[in-house]
Amino acid sequence: MNKKINKPTEENFNNPYEFGFETEIESVFAPKGLNEDVIRFISDKKEEPKWLLDWRLDSYKRWLKMKEPNWSSLRYPKIDYQDTYYFSAPKETEKLKSLDEVDPKLIETYNKLGIPLKEQEWLAGVAVDAVFDSVSLGTTFKEKLKEDGVIFCSFSEAVKEHPEIIKKYLGTVVPNSDNFFATLNSAVFSDGSFVYIPPGVTCPMELSTYFRINAAGTGQFERTLLIADEDSYVSYLEGCTAPMRDEHQLHAAVVELVALKGAEIKYSTVQNWYPGDENGKGGVYNFVTKRGDCRGDNSKISWTQVETGSAITWKYPSCILKGDNSSGEFHSIAISNNYQQVDSGTKMLHLGKNTKSRIISKGVSSGSSSNTYRGQVNIHPKSENSRNFTQCDSLLLTGNCSATTIPYVESKNKTSTIEHEATSSKISEDQLFYCLQRGLNEEEAIALIVNGFCKEVLQKLPMEFAVEAQKLLEISLEGSVG
Amino acid sequence: MSGNLLEINDLHVNAGEKEILKGLNLSIPFNEIHAIMGPNGSGKSVLSNVLSGNEDYKVTSGQIIFKNENIIELKPNEISNLGLFMAFQYPVEIPGVTLMNFLKTIHEANRKANGLEKLGPSDFLKYVREKAKILGINDEVLKRQLNVGFSGGEKKRNETLQLLVLDPVLTILDETDSGLDVDALDIVSDGIVGMKNEENSFLVITHYKKLLDKLSPSKIHILVDGRIVESGGQDLAEKIENNGFESFN
Repeated sequence: MNKKINKPTEENFNNPYEFGFETEIESVFAPKGLNEDVIRFISDKKEEPKWLLDWRLDSYKRWLKMKEPNWSSLRYPKIDYQDTYYFSAPKETEKLKSLDEVDPKLIETYNKLGIPLKEQEWLAGVAVDAVFDSVSLGTTFKEKLKEDGVIFCSFSEAVKEHPEIIKKYLGTVVPNSDNFFATLNSAVFSDGSFVYIPPGVTCPMELSTYFRINAAGTGQFERTLLIADEDSYVSYLEGCTAPMRDEHQLHAAVVELVALKGAEIKYSTVQNWYPGDENGKGGVYNFVTKRGDCRGDNSKISWTQVETGSAITWKYPSCILKGDNSSGEFHSIAISNNYQQVDSGTKMLHLGKNTKSRIISKGVSSGSSSNTYRGQVNIHPKSENSRNFTQCDSLLLTGNCSATTIPYVESKNKTSTIEHEATSSKISEDQLFYCLQRGLNEEEAIALIVNGFCKEVLQKLPMEFAVEAQKLLEISLEGSVG
Repeated sequence: MSGNLLEINDLHVNAGEKEILKGLNLSIPFNEIHAIMGPNGSGKSVLSNVLSGNEDYKVTSGQIIFKNENIIELKPNEISNLGLFMAFQYPVEIPGVTLMNFLKTIHEANRKANGLEKLGPSDFLKYVREKAKILGINDEVLKRQLNVGFSGGEKKRNETLQLLVLDPVLTILDETDSGLDVDALDIVSDGIVGMKNEENSFLVITHYKKLLDKLSPSKIHILVDGRIVESGGQDLAEKIENNGFESFN
């Protein structure tokens, strides 16, 4: 009886990426490479005020003096920052007034992605901003949100319509001196989403943004700014895909969240950038800085992420727990297959009294991938009675992959407590045989076991997206058993 | 076409280099309960694993004809979808997967493999509750993670629920009675007897006479050192209860 069945092996990584199509559409590019003129070009295209151009130029000068960080476990060839286009926009969108004027090809792209742009086709209760390469294509349900005073629009539009809010908050959570990639983003960011929830308002629907890299050789640098004013609530979701390309594409985004007194922000990400092929060719380099500031007392920020894509992921969504009684959460599922490399985690900085943080990280590795959780928990001397709980679980599907947990923990206040638990496991042959005996094939069995492993985090996603994320897990691990 | 649901002819099986089953013959007709008894290490569990397609064991010669098909080359899930169910001696835990979700997943896979549409959520819930009720399993248990933190007896009850839900044609009970208290043994054996009909059969592997008293098997086979050394009626169980397996060596 020579059937190779219940053992996961390193063979046959066959990982079809269903979002790997390209849309043929004419685009406007900034000249290749990066210099002050390119930054002026971008700022000019966006008709930005001088203060913003100055901020970009200041960032650029800082960036020139910075070094690319090398402390992560990621290994990749040196990136030539002069060999990338920093701005690409589908041609017609420059003069768009409404969704009806959007190029039908773009609408078709989003339909293929399962994101119909037309408002009448919308799933009830989800408003979406779509960013194609560098330009925002239109935000649905804008009028409806306006009735509650909620502002949800592209970043560029917000610069024009609400400059006072942008000026007040931009760079206050992630300053333009923060780190190499965030500073690069501050110099060249193209577009992104802007959200403002007024005091006391519970945002009446889930807000969501879809990012799509399309043009070849183009970096994508979005910037998202979300402000929840006092006692407000918002749930926000972003999704990302890119076409399949042999070359690597650079993505360096910044997300800043501000939660004022009593406000709550729930921020969910389903990241499915092209991960490269089964030999590690191509794929998105994803260097992202996401940070939330619990600025007011009793505020709350929770990050939930499902990371299945990208050749390289460098991402640590963090919370600064400034307000007393504020709380931060990080729930993460990171799947890596083939030659993907993930170095991801979170930072929880406890500054206020009675602050709480909770970290649940689930890493699933397959193929020859590497998957590192890197997390920092820091309790300030004045942060009395604060608590952190961290749980990091890794699941390995093949013998060639690796999973690492690197916690950095520091408490400077003796009334505060930090708990850390970490486990690492493999799918046992007994578990597989049990499922097979019940009639499931190997892929169904692995999907079931992995979904069970990730359940705690999947449950944190908004209902509509939990199902999508679950499917994504299955697709990402297809072919991970031989 | 033979009238037997299962026919094993001269089966030789190795675990690693060691021969465990040494020319085993066994036939099970429809609508019968057969029992296999034997001392530790005689090959009982190997037999049930081989029947289920476990690749840890290598069939060196012989045939396993199930529903008129030689299943030696089939994968465990293919054998399962033909209608063979094994109730495990040590059921595994699958964290994060609720018993209900597991039942739904395996039921759908089974129906799909047999060209049937899956049941709608409310029909399925009704179907599962009906089966659960027979075994005294309530909704709270259905929401728990599969076998996680369950006692030995509870796990065996879960196995029996899966059995009732899948409704296979051949069921192998691998020491299902071990770990069960007297009440649970009653419930489980009543469930099995209630399931028996003209289109299915059971193979019960056990050390104990107690379960056999409940199930009244048509035949008892004695497995010693990889071979069936004697087959007979219920009196065989009695004989073993009194004298052990010594006399069969």
